[in-house]
Amino acid sequence: MTQSHKQILVVLPHPDDEAFGASGSLAIHVYNGAKVTYACLTLGQMGRNMGVPPFANRVTLPAIRLEELKASCKAIGIEDLRLLGFHDKMIEFEEPQLLDGKINELIQELRPSLIITFYPGYSVHPDHDATGAAVVRVVAAMPKEERPIVQCLAFAKNTVEDIGRPDIIVDVRGFLKNKLDSIRAHRSQFQAPELMGKNNLSDKELEDRFGMERFWTYRFND
Amino acid sequence: MELINKSDIQARIDAMKNQDLYIHLEMTTGAYAAHFDSNKHPASIFITNTKIRFGHGAISGEGPYRVGLKMELGWIYAEGLTHYEEQETERLIMAGHDGQGKLVVALQLSKQPF
Repeated sequence: MTQSHKQILVVLPHPDDEAFGASGSLAIHVYNGAKVTYACLTLGQMGRNMGVPPFANRVTLPAIRLEELKASCKAIGIEDLRLLGFHDKMIEFEEPQLLDGKINELIQELRPSLIITFYPGYSVHPDHDATGAAVVRVVAAMPKEERPIVQCLAFAKNTVEDIGRPDIIVDVRGFLKNKLDSIRAHRSQFQAPELMGKNNLSDKELEDRFGMERFWTYRFND
Repeated sequence: MELINKSDIQARIDAMKNQDLYIHLEMTTGAYAAHFDSNKHPASIFITNTKIRFGHGAISGEGPYRVGLKMELGWIYAEGLTHYEEQETERLIMAGHDGQGKLVVALQLSKQPF
């Protein structure tokens, strides 16, 4: 499905952004020997889901989500989690030099051959778009021959119409347990009964719903 | 009120950086929200004439617009802004109005109390 990578950098703004779209693929990369670093920009401290019934509040949510994120990383096999300390919902307003600088530092330190982030403009939440835009700015500024591959998640309604179909489709059915454990780790955020053990879906239904992950390789203009 | 001109707002935000300002920040669903639609959960907030200071700020989006102001230890944020008072020279007065023209959100900054 994918070439093998030694070092992968995941750049996403919220704990749980990895779960539905990328956790299976990342588990496969780890299985194939890749070292995955996950740079999570915020703690999702402005999230509205507090559990059902609510067990988190505005004060406790960041610490709870951090623990959920660590559990998700463990389920995937990610051993290097970096918390960049930005404020949830504010990525689009951050000083670009500060945001780009932090991402560039990570790229220079880790020299990843693959970066996974959101596709700027096609990822619905302003934090998603701003995170992807920052990654694209930093990578575009690198000499062409040194650039890592950038694979993007996208889920805006007009994605396929505008930028075409995803060029990377990953069959993650063999790593469904990792993926479901990653999703379930975010228990303050996802309470879907089929994921939480009630109304158990059959293996086939789970595979149909969560068995494929899709990425768009970002094409730089030059 | 005029429809927001994004670059004009950005210039006004930049001109208000690094100084003590009074803020009025407000959001409301309207007190009648549940009366008209029992599925709605009426809520509103405002904070008025509180002193703030920000070092960096930006307007974002393609309308309705979002504004974020970065303070030393936190942020001020408003989403849904549509209009501003173009004639104001000393104050920045922005609001978001819904399809019926009603105010939903307001973000106002001034060197003098409102």
